[in-house]
Amino acid sequence: MKDKFIKAQQEKLTLGAIDRRQFMTTAIAAGIAIPTALSLASDAIAATPKKGGKFRMGLGHGSTTDTLDSGTSENHFTLVNGYTFGNHLTEINNEGKLVGELAETFESDDGKTWVFNLRKGVEFHNGKTMTSEDVLASYEHHMGEKSTSAAKGSLSPVKSIKADGKYKVIMELDSPDTDFPYIVSDYHISIRPAGDMTSGVGTGGYIVQSFEPGVKSVLKRNPNYWKEGAAHFDEVELLSIVDPNARQTALISGEIDAMDRVDLKTINLMKRNPNINIMQATGTAHYTFPMRLNVDPFGDYDLRMALKWAVDRQELVDKILLGYGAVGNDIPIGTANYFHNSDLPQREFDADKAAFHYKKSGHSGKIQLSAADAAFAGAVDAAQLMANSAKKAGIDIEVIREPNDGYWSNVWNNDAKGWCACYWGGRPAETMMFSAAYVAESKWNDTMWKTTDSAVKFNQLVKDARKELDESKKRDILYECQRLIYDDGGLLCPLFNSYVSANSKKIAHGKIAANWDSDGAKCVERWWFA
Amino acid sequence: MLPGDFGQAILGQAALPETVAAFRQELGLDKPAYIRYFDWALGAIQGDLGTSFSGRNASGADRSAEVVDKIAPRLWNTLFLASMAALIAVPLSLILGILTALYRNSFFDRSVNTATLTTISFPEFFVAYILILFFASLNQIFPSLANVDPDTNFGERIYRTALPAFTLTLVIVAHMMRMTRAAIINLLASPYIQMAKLSGASQTEIILKHALPNAWAPIATVIAFNLAYLVVGVVVVEVVFVYPGVGQLMVDAVRTRDIPVVQGCALIFAVTYILLNLIADIIGIVTNPRLLHPK
Repeated sequence: MKDKFIKAQQEKLTLGAIDRRQFMTTAIAAGIAIPTALSLASDAIAATPKKGGKFRMGLGHGSTTDTLDSGTSENHFTLVNGYTFGNHLTEINNEGKLVGELAETFESDDGKTWVFNLRKGVEFHNGKTMTSEDVLASYEHHMGEKSTSAAKGSLSPVKSIKADGKYKVIMELDSPDTDFPYIVSDYHISIRPAGDMTSGVGTGGYIVQSFEPGVKSVLKRNPNYWKEGAAHFDEVELLSIVDPNARQTALISGEIDAMDRVDLKTINLMKRNPNINIMQATGTAHYTFPMRLNVDPFGDYDLRMALKWAVDRQELVDKILLGYGAVGNDIPIGTANYFHNSDLPQREFDADKAAFHYKKSGHSGKIQLSAADAAFAGAVDAAQLMANSAKKAGIDIEVIREPNDGYWSNVWNNDAKGWCACYWGGRPAETMMFSAAYVAESKWNDTMWKTTDSAVKFNQLVKDARKELDESKKRDILYECQRLIYDDGGLLCPLFNSYVSANSKKIAHGKIAANWDSDGAKCVERWWFA
Repeated sequence: MLPGDFGQAILGQAALPETVAAFRQELGLDKPAYIRYFDWALGAIQGDLGTSFSGRNASGADRSAEVVDKIAPRLWNTLFLASMAALIAVPLSLILGILTALYRNSFFDRSVNTATLTTISFPEFFVAYILILFFASLNQIFPSLANVDPDTNFGERIYRTALPAFTLTLVIVAHMMRMTRAAIINLLASPYIQMAKLSGASQTEIILKHALPNAWAPIATVIAFNLAYLVVGVVVVEVVFVYPGVGQLMVDAVRTRDIPVVQGCALIFAVTYILLNLIADIIGIVTNPRLLHPK
């Protein structure tokens, strides 16, 4: 019993759910002598990564349309592959903090002019030394009129980009954005040698040996990798195994060492296997039900409020995510975000409040909610559960099952449907998330929350936040932004889903990042064989 | 009609009307359907299956692959798996069919029938999972992933594709075996077999020398049908074993509305089907010379 408890605590320590001090306190409380507890803690943290071995990973994505061009990277397979052979100007480390990567440091006095000081002596896989010339070429790949990159939109505020000597790049934005360094960590904006943006030559810890779209990517360790304490495996094989059962069987039979996206329905069977670790990380990804304010009856504040109170969020976490996730609080910012507003009271199911607001709205009749599993797995079931709990408050929700095909074009963000299910991967910086879907000029503003007093105020505040260099002032502004969405916005966000993955116990790692699945999609350079 | 088009499918949540429109123009999807069809058909007759939609972008840069280049390596994989399954399944079902006809209504006959009918009654993915459970998970004899690539050597390829080939074998044996058995038993009631029996021929001799030659036509038809199935209909097995075959490519293509690839696959499937049936008909005629002479 005690062993089991300590083991669980050790696992938590490894995953970073508790820190060393908390571990020591619980261990001593459980009657373990201090020296033993100390050594247990060190075991769990396993401070010294070992080199060597062939790491094989099964990923639940990958398609015959994949390429090595980071600009068109669009699924988790190309994401992990891209981070394995390429680097970026900045990166988000496993603590969720933004740090320099190929840019050793970056600074700005006004949030408008950004200076990136490049790391010296970094070599591409083809032997070329990385300089500002390559950074310029890489950025132009994503920016030009003819660019085909998915990062074109996020780099559109960049007015000019120029080199100052071999190791300095200066970018000028058209309006201040203090979160701009987050944008350059985007997996699309990988730094490649000038003149070769598509063949998979990067500066990363692994060199691409062969790449077969939708099948696998084979890589080998880059002996000249500049980053210390990273890239421990000798060889890497990333396999696209879309079928969850095939992925799980491959892990159980030892054909792969790690996998993403565990099927929650069979997770308990996986847990019983003594050679497998299950990991979960709750990040910024969330499931939403956006209500469009320009479509009746969602323009009414009380009706929106009634629906927000009529959802049993915990039930959704338990039944749709089978416990692997967290309740949402009608803001698109999760606890993994740095400026998450934790002062807002958690909304829970409250039939009285829902009924009160519903009555005040004066609405009667059915409210239609469109859903399809294309939005997220279990969206239709979630909608049914919401209809069920709303019934207790006297609100009649009619769930309309939409076809998966063309869902994002014909149902979501479409005036023909006032309310539907949706999924957002989230963003590392709060202003990025707001810009993506909540500011008035965003084309993906799926709640059309633009004209109410609160929305007008919100738009101004987001602009202020982008300018603000002082952290505590920025915090106040961003907290207020979240409060406005929480109160007046058309966003109903009941769930933050966890990334659930599994790996063989032979694999060791430090704290797991939550910004993407698979340790921030950087597991290949961060993990090692114990 | 399939809803949506390539632009909408590939852009997903990020689809904006102007990007989708740009895609349509770029890919020529704004032209009427009949013009696009004749363009394609004209090319196909000349051996040009066109270019895949994927790898292209709304604003120009073209990294797309020829349909032929996309299909060829995967078609080779599919044919390899199909031949392997056929090499196991066809002799096995013929032998079992002849033996069950020989010892019809015996315990052996009934147990073979029960076993093969059981395996054909379960969906393929279930048979596949059962095989994985026993041969890859509990006893690690064969790999559960059949992820071959062009560099995989022949022996390794056979080892890796063993479980998918067994799965397909179990799925198709019943049909061919039952047909062989039925065709032979049917003939055993004919007068000329009675004659052979009366002239003192042994049971084995009767079946192999007298009944079987006349039974080839229906057996060949069923074998052709099953071989065609091995080429065109094994998507589920490909997915379960992560085998890079042409079925998966077609499913991906349908999902992303990559119509040139869908058309290319459909054409190849149709040709396979027709060719195999043609061969079956030829076998039927060759083994039964009477059909060569009009009455």
